[in-house]
Amino acid sequence: MSEDTLIEELLAGKHRALARVITKIENRSPGYRDLVSKLHEHTGNAEVIGITGSPGAGKSTLVDKMASTYRDRGETVGVIAIDPSSPFTGGAVLGDRIRMASNVGDMDVFFRSMSARGSLGGLSTATTDAVKALDAFGKDKIIVETVGAGQNEIEIVKTADTVSVLVPPGSGDDIQMLKAGILEIADIFVVNKADMEGANRTVMELKEMIEMRDASPMAGHHGAESLVDTADNGGTETETGTDEEGWQPTVVETIAKTGEGVEEFLGAITEHVAWLSESGELEVQARQRYEAEIKTLLREDTAALLEEELSARGGLESHIDRVLRKETDPYTIADELMAPIEDCVGEARREP
Amino acid sequence: MSTEHEQRTVRCLVAKVGLDGHDRGAHVIARAFRDAGFEVIYSGLHKSPDDIVQAAVQEDVDVLGISILSGAHDTLVPKIMDGLEEYGALEDTLVIVGGIIPDDDREELYEAGVSNIFGPGATMEETIEFVRENAPER
Repeated sequence: MSEDTLIEELLAGKHRALARVITKIENRSPGYRDLVSKLHEHTGNAEVIGITGSPGAGKSTLVDKMASTYRDRGETVGVIAIDPSSPFTGGAVLGDRIRMASNVGDMDVFFRSMSARGSLGGLSTATTDAVKALDAFGKDKIIVETVGAGQNEIEIVKTADTVSVLVPPGSGDDIQMLKAGILEIADIFVVNKADMEGANRTVMELKEMIEMRDASPMAGHHGAESLVDTADNGGTETETGTDEEGWQPTVVETIAKTGEGVEEFLGAITEHVAWLSESGELEVQARQRYEAEIKTLLREDTAALLEEELSARGGLESHIDRVLRKETDPYTIADELMAPIEDCVGEARREP
Repeated sequence: MSTEHEQRTVRCLVAKVGLDGHDRGAHVIARAFRDAGFEVIYSGLHKSPDDIVQAAVQEDVDVLGISILSGAHDTLVPKIMDGLEEYGALEDTLVIVGGIIPDDDREELYEAGVSNIFGPGATMEETIEFVRENAPER
């Protein structure tokens, strides 16, 4: 299938074409960049929701319930679920699909499992590009479920409009750890398995933490305004603070297994999205993302260019030999190798 | 393509279809495929042919491995093949079957488009080798 027909069929709503485009993106097949650049003009209509949290927190089960609730409302859904891959063989068992029981047989939920293939620019770029494919295809909601642990959780910020962090009850000690990393990326905290002992306590601790952060003089753009308490419906509390200065992370309780609290959770997402567009944060976010994306591509391209030039000049071996013999050092080598490139670029800049 | 390093990985769907709760074989093969460096998606138990087709199409797998020990292969497998055909996925998906398939039934499955059948006694190496050699070039 040629690239143009592939794009045409994707835009026409052919599932097979969408699936193949995502495969090409994942494999970084020749020509995938042209595909993604052609998709760009068709993107920007979907709402992207990121779900992260520790392994076993109930991410997949919650995603399943979210998807079926959106479907009940007549919206189409795309899901990308990322599972870890073996650092030794590259193999992976992608198990998130099994949890999608509520949506099995419904083709309007496009579920795609992805493995976190190594780290060579792989995960973030491939996921972001796959989201674009789903967006261009016309999905209303796109849910990205991350690997259970690791740095990828932070990466989700670069892709999702709304980041939800799942916290299982009774993870008092984990919350200490959350303070540094995940707390900063969460727009919504979801205390899943809310029927388990310790759920109330976890909710309390999270709220306390949010307040403490706001009281801190180093709180960044998040102001110290007080929380606005809104609703307490059926054991599911929703707290929102849509002050002018920043978004106050919301805490919701869910029981993904039964679907309890999912409506409220989706409500919190809607509120966050409304805040994003009202505050202008949406555009700020988009600008930052495109900037990061362009920079990543530039880095990849210059690295490849450098690699090519190096191998054309006989590779690094002889330089390494000299470093080993202590005749020179890695910094000097880098400077020497960069010099002709810097000259070349400098000259080109002088004579446009 | 100096700036685009292709990172191709064989993707497989290991599928259990119909009323058949014997999943030890499927688990063992899923693990073996993983260790062979493939990306394996496991369907879970008791899936309908439509569910399998949906998963195979959306996940765009190179290989669909159907594990079946219930004896209903002659009705269920052709349904899956028809479904793949409907989405234009039949021609470039390698379909293999594992489980208990009587000799008399095999010809029919091959005719439906199944590439190989691995019964009791087939080794992991054999199966992995077959997949490596026959995974469709795209």
